[in-house]
Parts: sequence; structure tokens; C-alpha cells
Amino acid sequence: MYRIVEHRKWYFLISLLIIAPGLLAMIYSTATTGKPFKVAIDFTGGAIWELNFDKAIQPADLRQIFVDAGLNDTAVTTLGDGKTAQVRLKPVDDDQKLSLMQAMKAKFGQSITETQFALVGPAIGTEVTQAAVVAVFAASIAITLFLVVAFRKVAHPFRYGVSAVVAMLHDILVTLGIFAIFSLLFGWEADALLLTAILTVISFSVQDTIVVFDRIRENSGKYRGEAFGLIADRSLLETLHRSLATQLNALFMMGALLLFGGTTIRQFVAVMFFGLISGTYSSIFNAVPILVAWEERDFLGTKKRQPQPQPELAKA
Amino acid sequence: MRNRNSIVLILIILLALVALYVVLPTQHPTEVKNLLVWQQPKEYRSLEFKQGLDLRGGTQVLLQARPTTGQRVTSEDMQAAKAIVDRRVNGLGVTEPLVQLQGENRIIVELPGVDNPDQAVQTLKNTGQLEFVEIGSSTNSPFANIQQGSYVRTSNNDRTPTKEELGKTALPYADNVFKTVMTGRELKNAAVSLDQYGAPTISFELTDEGGKLFGAYTQAHVGDILAIVLDNVVLSAPRIQSVIPDGRGEITGRFTRDEADSLAVQMRYGSLPVPLEVVNRRTIGATLGADSIQKSIVAGMIGLATVLLFMVIYYRLPGTMAALALVIYALLNLAVYKLIPVTLTLPGITGFLLSTGMAVDANILIFERMKEELRWGRPLKVALEAGFSRAWTSIFDSNFSTLITCAILIMFGRTFGAQAVLGFAITLAIGVLISMFTAVIVTRTFLRALFSGERGEALREKRWVMGF
Repeated sequence: MYRIVEHRKWYFLISLLIIAPGLLAMIYSTATTGKPFKVAIDFTGGAIWELNFDKAIQPADLRQIFVDAGLNDTAVTTLGDGKTAQVRLKPVDDDQKLSLMQAMKAKFGQSITETQFALVGPAIGTEVTQAAVVAVFAASIAITLFLVVAFRKVAHPFRYGVSAVVAMLHDILVTLGIFAIFSLLFGWEADALLLTAILTVISFSVQDTIVVFDRIRENSGKYRGEAFGLIADRSLLETLHRSLATQLNALFMMGALLLFGGTTIRQFVAVMFFGLISGTYSSIFNAVPILVAWEERDFLGTKKRQPQPQPELAKA
Repeated sequence: MRNRNSIVLILIILLALVALYVVLPTQHPTEVKNLLVWQQPKEYRSLEFKQGLDLRGGTQVLLQARPTTGQRVTSEDMQAAKAIVDRRVNGLGVTEPLVQLQGENRIIVELPGVDNPDQAVQTLKNTGQLEFVEIGSSTNSPFANIQQGSYVRTSNNDRTPTKEELGKTALPYADNVFKTVMTGRELKNAAVSLDQYGAPTISFELTDEGGKLFGAYTQAHVGDILAIVLDNVVLSAPRIQSVIPDGRGEITGRFTRDEADSLAVQMRYGSLPVPLEVVNRRTIGATLGADSIQKSIVAGMIGLATVLLFMVIYYRLPGTMAALALVIYALLNLAVYKLIPVTLTLPGITGFLLSTGMAVDANILIFERMKEELRWGRPLKVALEAGFSRAWTSIFDSNFSTLITCAILIMFGRTFGAQAVLGFAITLAIGVLISMFTAVIVTRTFLRALFSGERGEALREKRWVMGF
């Protein structure tokens, strides 16, 4: 039988190598901007205004209108053919917005249309941020509790719970790390949907882990007396087909959405896409090896195994 | 055993046909709608997909109570504020608006396809004005068309409304300005009570000054119509039956309890009981939405087709049955979206597509298990049953953890009116629940029917068909 968990030090190294760049990106961002990645107005408060003009405009000209109105913190970018402008500004009230629109129409003509406008008050932004943190913790704790209950009949239910949680943290770190890199490269912004994606990744990661753990639970009874590492390997191999087939299907879906779906949710789908891959990897190559490491008291799988005493058959 | 399976099979096929009928974009007769979406108010019973704002364009506003210093906001205040906002939204004339209380002190308003969102938002935030307005004689009145819901110009506010402001509201006498007898400032209280026959009536109480004014006015106008008007829209147009000298009166009529409640609330809180401020607002252009929906459908179709193809190629005959179950799964989901109804958003569609992945996951777990059992030399029928029963704990455990996450996301989404989060979590949760039914019961029923009898067992040897 092919041995998997014995080589765990390599899997941990790979995980480390994948997480490290993301962590570096987050540290770099935090050092330069104070936040691990760009954060959308969902969390910071503010306004985004997307406008369509009938001819291409210069962002600086448009920005001047906002600066004249005393909104110095305004950033204007044009998209595509230069006829669509995205304006980021402080939260404005309705009167202010109306007079800004008038000023714009006076300068660029009457045919300006508003394609999107989003406004989040600063107070609610803070509230959403807190609730998001609470949501991630609540989900992690609830799932851990559920795992401990579901596996209460195995020898060390707590170890199963912790191993699954470590795999879960691994996936959160991988996903956030990749997000931070994309944030640096393409200006991706963390919004409420990122939170949704992270929580979904968590639950899918746990799902993969549960399937393998379930098999370990079953095999522990069937192959009593076998080394735990061997039972774990057996269980991994037996569930490998399922893991890959399921993963493939999920990736078909996500891939179709990425390639053919609208642009508005592309970021959301991409985060889940990477998260799902990480989830499958972590349940096979993190959760189970960690469980084995704990059971065998051998973190990297480098200790020499004690030779099993040979049973002897002798004349009675 | 075989008989029972046939019954279940027939039931499943019937269910699938009903779902198909619900999903088809045909005109459904009213009787069918009454039967299927009975829980909806009559005028909203429709078997159309409800599209979120990100799909059809529109504005979403989150209003939050901002009490003046020393004011405490009660849940009654919020109910009243919601009733008023609700009425104003209806006045805007947008189709299928949504007004909902959110958390303790917020109201979420969705205005699909509204043309001038800035003005609409202004209208919502306004504190309204309650007036008692003279309509004149109740017999031979030149103003006989004044009724509940009519717009009237009054001496207090005689502006002629624009077409947009009016929306669906009728303006029967555009050229006439009616006389305001008294404004809501003189109203102390209004409450619902029951008369001696048990019919709901509204009793109201005026201030001292208002009482005097009202006494003098009613004395001179017994038999006339005096309309109660909020923001220039008639709430009720009762006839003055007798003099009301002491500032205490009642309005009788054929009210239902709900109508009476709503009228009393609107009289009491003619103006918003608490100022509202906009804390969150989103406007999405309709063209963007139309583009998104097109692309999502294409992406969904391609994704679904790939998954179906994979199942058929990789798991052959059982896979084909699973693919069939998956089609039923999709039908059931879509039907449930129409029946509950679920507002579909882009993330919601993503949630649905993702849940189809979970639905096949259950089948994959079962089939892999079946293959193992067959490898150990079990007969086909035994392997089938073992596959389903052994895989069940894994299926249940893993789906349960997804449901936990969905519950947390739904709570988060509800608090902040984050429809994107909510839409995703709801469709994912519904998908997970339905998938437990289709992937397990439907697939099992199909396979049991196929594997029954001698011919079924013979399939075991046809490895190509079974994919083992």
C-alpha cells in the first residue's frame, strides 16, 4: 500500500510555501497602508459612484468637481473606453449628491447616467466589520463543537476536532493570502462577499475532512491493532476517488462561472475556487497527517518506528 | 419491498412533473397560484422568479432610526415607521417594492427599477403631514370620487404632484385645492376599540385647542365628509355623523382589524415617530443586471452540463441515474425559489450552482462505496443498500456543517440588509436540504428499480455498464 502520512513533513512544507507569499503580501500591505488588503466600503464606510458619459472624459477634470465641493479625498478612475468613471468618495448626503450631479451635468453635458451608486455610513461599516469577525469565529467554534459531538465515540474526539480546525485555519490563511496578493496586483477589495466566500471555504474544507475522518473511524474498528498511520493511509486511499471526483465537479461549476459568468461576482467565485482546492489539499495533507502526528506523538513523521515485537510460536 | 419502491418511484415522477410545471415560464391559472402560493397575499400570488436588485436594477436603501436626544426607540415606533415608509413606497409606483424591518432599528427598502432614486430616497425620509381636510357634502357632492388612496391638494400643501411622484396614486381633482381644517398637531391619540357589535372602530382624542376647533367645525358641518389625509393621500373619508364637542370622537366603518390598526397607527404617527437616516444605499443600473443574468445562465448551463457529462462518463449507469436525479434536483430548487419565494441574486445563483456540486458529492460518496462493496464480492442489491446506508453518516455530517455556516451567514445578512450574502446563504441552504432528498432517496429509488429481478442482478457482470 502506498504510504501517505509518513511523508507529512513535505506536505507541511508545501503548505508553508503556499501560505508564506500571501502572509508576506499581507504584512507588506499592513506596513504600507495599515490594512492586510484593500478593504471595500462595506467595512470602511464611504461611497462609490459609477457614471456613464457620452464621450470619454479625463479623470482629473471630473475629480476637480469633487475637490471644488470640498471633497478632497475623492479618487476617480475611468474604465474601459474612458466613458465610464468610477468615483470613490466620503459618504455624501442626498443634497450633496444632487448638487454634485448638477455640477457634473453643467461641465460634461446633460446625458450623464448613473450606473451604480453605493453608500455605506462609517458607523455601519465598523459594525459590519465587527459582525464579520464574530461570524468567522462563531462559524469556526460551531463547526468544531459539531465535529467533537459527531466524533464523540472515537478514542480522542478532541484531537479530531483540533486537526480539522488546523486544516480550516490553513484554508483561511491560503485564501486570505491569495486574496492579499491579488489585492496588491489587481486592487481587489475585501467586501461582504469575501466573508461569505471564506465561510463557504471553511464549511467545504470541514466537509472533506469529515469524509476522511468518518472512514478512519470506521476502519479503526475494522482493523483493530493496526498502526494508526496505516489505518489513516488506508482511509485516505479509499476516499481519494471521492475527494477528487467531488473536487472536479465543484471546479467545473466554479470554472464555468469564472470563464462565462458576469464580472461582478468574478472575485467572489475566484476566492472560492482557490479555497476549494486548498480545502481538499488540507483535509488530505494537513488534517489527517496532524491527527496521525498527534496519535503517534511524532510531528514530522521522522522518528524511527519501534519494530513490532515478533509474535512467537513455541511448544507449550 | 419492490412494490413500495414502485410507489415511491411514481411519487417522485409526479413531484418532478409538478416542479417542471411550476418552473415553466407559462401563464399559470389563478386556481393553481392560489393552491401553490397560498401563503402570499392575494395580489402578490405569482409564479415568477423574484429577481434581486443586482439582476433587474434598482435602489436599495437601509434606513436607520436616529432618535432625537432623550428619545427611546421602541419596536412599536419601528412598526409605525415601517407602515409609513411602506405607504410612501407604494406611492412611488414601483413594481414589487420591498419594505422590511431589519434588526432593532433599521428598515430596509428595495425599489426595483426606480427612475429617480435620489428623489425617491428623499420621499422616504420625509416626516409626513397629517391633515383633516374638508371635502364637503356627502350627498350630491361634486367630489364623489374622493376615496381612500386618492391624492388631494390641500390648503396646507397645494403643490401639484409630478407624474413620477404620483405613480399609481389617483389624482381625481387636480384643479381643486381642498381646505385643511386641522393638522395632525392637534391629534393627541388614536387607537382601535370595538363597538357594541364587536366591529373595530378608531377612537381618537384631540388637544384642548383642537377639541374646540373641531367642536365648532363639526357643529356647522354635520353630514359632510371630512377626510383624514396623510402626505396628501386620503387615509379615510368618513362622514361627520354628529357634533364632536369634547375632542373625543370615533371613526366607524366596515374596517377589518388590520385596516383599523393600520389607520390608527398612521393617524397617531402621521409623521414618522422617529427620524430616519440613510446608512447604506446601493443603486444598480438595469443594463448591468440584464447582462449579469444572461451570463450567469450561460455559465450555469455550461457548468451543469459538464457535471452531468462527468457523472455519466465516470459512473456509467449509476451515474446516469444520478444525473437524472440532478435534473430533478435542479427542477425542485427552481420550483422552491418560485414557491417560497426566494429573491434571486447573482451570489444566490452561485449558491445554487455550488449546491449542485454538493448534490453530486453525495452520489459520488455512495457510488464509491458501492464499488468497494462490489469489489468485496457482494451481490449487486446488497452492495446498493450498503453503499447508501454506509455513506449516509458522511453525507449527513458534511451537509450539517454547511447548514451551520449558512445559518450564520443568514443572521449576518439579515442584520445589515446584505442581500448578496443572504441570497447566497439561502440558496445554498435550500440546495443542501433538497440534495439530501434527491441524491439519496431519488437515486436509490431509480437504482432499486433498475436492479430489481434477475435482469437487474445480471447487470453486475456488465462492468462496462456499471463502470466498476
